[in-house]
Amino acid sequence: MVLLKAENITHYFGGLCAVSEFNLELREHELIGIIGPNGAGKTTVFNIMTGVYKATSGSIMFNGQETVGKSPNSITALGIARTFQNIRLFSDLSVLDNIRIAHYSGTKYTPIEALLHAGRYRAEEKRIRAHSMELLSFFSMEEFADELAKNLPYGMQRRLEIVRALATRPKLLLLDEPAAGMNPKEIDRLMEFIHWVRNEFKLTIIVIEHQMRFVMSICERLVVLDFGTTIAEGNPAEIQNNAKVLEAYLGTPAVNDYGK
Amino acid sequence: MTYFLQQGLNALQLGSIYALIALGYTMVYGILSMINFAHGDFFMVGAFICFVVVTFMGLPFVPAMILSIIGVSLLGVIVERAAYKPLRQAPRVSAIITALGVGIFLENFTLALSPYPKHIPAIIENTSWTFGGLTISSLQVIIILLSLALMTVLHFIVQHTRVGMAMRAISWDKNVVPLMGVPVNNVISITFAIGSGLGGAAGMMYGMAYPIIDPYMGIIVGWKAFIAAVVGGIGNIRGAVIGGYILGATEIMVAAFFPSTYRDFTAFSLLLILLIVRPYGIMGKPRPQKV
Repeated sequence: MVLLKAENITHYFGGLCAVSEFNLELREHELIGIIGPNGAGKTTVFNIMTGVYKATSGSIMFNGQETVGKSPNSITALGIARTFQNIRLFSDLSVLDNIRIAHYSGTKYTPIEALLHAGRYRAEEKRIRAHSMELLSFFSMEEFADELAKNLPYGMQRRLEIVRALATRPKLLLLDEPAAGMNPKEIDRLMEFIHWVRNEFKLTIIVIEHQMRFVMSICERLVVLDFGTTIAEGNPAEIQNNAKVLEAYLGTPAVNDYGK
Repeated sequence: MTYFLQQGLNALQLGSIYALIALGYTMVYGILSMINFAHGDFFMVGAFICFVVVTFMGLPFVPAMILSIIGVSLLGVIVERAAYKPLRQAPRVSAIITALGVGIFLENFTLALSPYPKHIPAIIENTSWTFGGLTISSLQVIIILLSLALMTVLHFIVQHTRVGMAMRAISWDKNVVPLMGVPVNNVISITFAIGSGLGGAAGMMYGMAYPIIDPYMGIIVGWKAFIAAVVGGIGNIRGAVIGGYILGATEIMVAAFFPSTYRDFTAFSLLLILLIVRPYGIMGKPRPQKV
């Protein structure tokens, strides 16, 4: 079943075309990668999918609903969650609160009930706390629940960002450079982790990553962007041998410029 | 000594009012990084709503209080939606100038309706009790306790409800919060409602303590409460309360022991010195910028 279908997504920043005619069809439970040189428009695609930017033109159907033009919070409620290139946790909030806030859209109680400490308020807060703790213990992080997010070690902060995204109960998870700043051993563990998360939470995942070893071994399909345009699409083996991709990454061989 | 304690009680009364107003400045700053310079005029509107409902509708204290709070809350939400929201992406200076404009509008709108100062009739029975030479009036008790109660409610909302958690998160990173499924505009409206409502409550209590009210009464009180918020560490809720009480205490104590014309001069000098020593305010923390 097709989970997400992006058609002719084009986005301009002023006169600069950041993404041009981007198309993508994503089936449920797929794990795909978006790669490309710096400034190719990868993160812009994520920002459009999550509603941070409104695409200049084009459409994205997610689970049968059009998302272009919807607010980021309603897109999150539909089931798209993401992490960020540089960690964007709520550093001064506790680990537990970072997870609790992601339950916002699923919570229902009135301010009056909250003030009276009665009715749905207690039940809801209890449920959210329990679900948050459950998630944390699932990722062996329950002992850090009361720690401020900023005090966690770097790798743990990256993991917490993924847990926070999962707390919104997504169907589609967008990971923006999850391996940034990791050493080869940590990257191995991250790959296992992502596979495991995908199966446990029945997720569809898109990753943006520069680490070639990472994307080549983890992704079933790759989309290569350069200057906002899709220059290649296919499985990792096809991409590795694609002339256009090599050119985008390595530049045109010098002989072509001068040798003719 | 008794004189000193008596003045302490007065300081607590004035400090409570400053603290309530300072909370409005600090909450809005925390969530939008803007100073709502119309907030002092929200305070004035609170006093006028009280005057109207007491004089023309003959309402007693509790309903008058509720109407003042609700009225000013609504005013805050409407002003935010109509005047500040369209400028959210604009430079902060534009929003601050707009806030000043809204303040001048409110002053002159009130002036048009009520060109002369008004007198709020006494709506609570003024009894006073004496303990060992220390006199405390029913009005003082009400102002101090009610302020503490409102601050407790605020603390509960900010610390223990989902809206409060969203407010704290927005003050940290407002771009990520919507991606957690939080409708940021609603949270901002609620913040304005609460902050303005506290200002309205302060306006009503101020009007009961100093019953002559006029359209410009919010200017100087508003400036002072703003300074209290900055001294406490703007954006920090506990800081606003501490700043409010410090300012109240300084003013009352200076007036009690020196000529009363020294009051504002000494109070503001002290605050300036405090800011030189602690530029981020008492509770404020410098936010390190990572590069």
